[in-house]
Amino acid sequence: MEVHRHLDEELDLLRDTVLRLGGEAEAALRRAMHSLIDRDVDAANEVLEHDDAVDALEVEVDRQCIDIFVLRQPAARDLRFVMSVAKTAPLLERIADHACNIARAAIDLAHEPELKNHLRLAEMGEIASSMLAAALDAFTKSDATAARDIIKRDAEINDLYNEVFSELIGMMVTAPATATRDARLLLVAKHLERIGDYVTDISELTVYMAEAAIIKHQRGNI
Amino acid sequence: MSTPSATMKPRFEIRNQTATEERAAKIVATNLNFFYGRNQALHNISIQLPERMVTAFIGPSGCGKTTFLRTLNRMNDVIPATRVDGEVLLDGENIYAAGTDVVELRRKVGMVFQKSNPFPKSIFDNVAYGLRINRLTRNRRELAERVEEALINAALWNEAKDRLNSSALGLSGGQQQRLCIARALAIRPEVILMDEPASALDPIATGKIEELIFDLKKQYTIAIVTHNMQQAARVSDFTAFFLLGKLIEVNTTEKMFTAPDMNTTEDYITGRFG
Repeated sequence: MEVHRHLDEELDLLRDTVLRLGGEAEAALRRAMHSLIDRDVDAANEVLEHDDAVDALEVEVDRQCIDIFVLRQPAARDLRFVMSVAKTAPLLERIADHACNIARAAIDLAHEPELKNHLRLAEMGEIASSMLAAALDAFTKSDATAARDIIKRDAEINDLYNEVFSELIGMMVTAPATATRDARLLLVAKHLERIGDYVTDISELTVYMAEAAIIKHQRGNI
Repeated sequence: MSTPSATMKPRFEIRNQTATEERAAKIVATNLNFFYGRNQALHNISIQLPERMVTAFIGPSGCGKTTFLRTLNRMNDVIPATRVDGEVLLDGENIYAAGTDVVELRRKVGMVFQKSNPFPKSIFDNVAYGLRINRLTRNRRELAERVEEALINAALWNEAKDRLNSSALGLSGGQQQRLCIARALAIRPEVILMDEPASALDPIATGKIEELIFDLKKQYTIAIVTHNMQQAARVSDFTAFFLLGKLIEVNTTEKMFTAPDMNTTEDYITGRFG
């Protein structure tokens, strides 16, 4: 059946495109955290320079989704897949944007004396990166069980964020001279916390794609 | 509702954007089998059609959806060497019971066919036909009122009111199909069966028929056979999938087109059949 062979090819192409976008977001996050922790301005600039490519991939996913919706009118699992991809792409683009913001902070902080809070931020970054990698893997395999496990891990990032937040506020109070740097690090922590939220959203879409179950806004009952 | 069971008056929970309400089943078919000679065309069909809702029957050619539709007002009775067993309840009464008045049954359960089939008469006489032969009106004024009512309900009045005495054969294909719907509505049925009513129409005429179906379900229980899955998705509240004479799945249309229960349904809906 010619028509359906074409649809399968288009769905495969869409899967490839969104995974390339996911790979770009993952790389941007890792590179941005490396630039912050290791004070590598070149790496930070690379992240910023690469953002246009990420944006272009998001637009490409949009275009492919619209084509499939209009020309193929997908139903059932195909519909859920295209719908999930269409909603995942902007989340990945947003994650890359947060990585850019972390890279900008890294550039600003590279010229300042180092603060010890880098350590907890590094841990947050590691968790966010591994969650994102796992979320993309679960999405690829349409693995709802793995996706649910990832959602539970968001609490780890939130707990760390609360710790870093308290510590940085404390430092602003006790050592006002570091306040500018503290504020920048606070924003980095917030970016990582938001990335955790986006990874959770992506995982919820994976559950929808796999099981047609809508679990968003039901954190206690996933 | 994927495994339909028959009870006298099952209730359907209907959810829409503003309210949840319950509907009774207008038609309940239970273990219905149908044979063309030795060839069994329908196997143990059990399904309930909720009142004032649209139920679409989908499935590949030869799956039995039209045959099943025609069992609901005993239209298959006119085909020689056919046999039916099982039961079809209309408001709790078995339409296959001995002594059923088939003419009265078909007055209650009207039918619109794939190919519009206006009589070679005027527009007025086409709509008035069922009223006259069933002697459902007392005088000309009442007859004219009922014809007007039917044409209004079939969304054809504005196009036909100035040419009621012109031949129905001068109408466009879409208008002829709405005329046939008006003819069915004139005798005030309770159920309307539609067998691919828009398959021969262009998108604009199809759109008018679909809007009409949407309006008609406020008053009538509707069953529609369609090959067009997007049409089923657009017009129906429930969708039933038939394959090789069996009812594979019946579900809300929303569920059917986003997450059907059966793999076979999913393969058909996504076009990966066979």
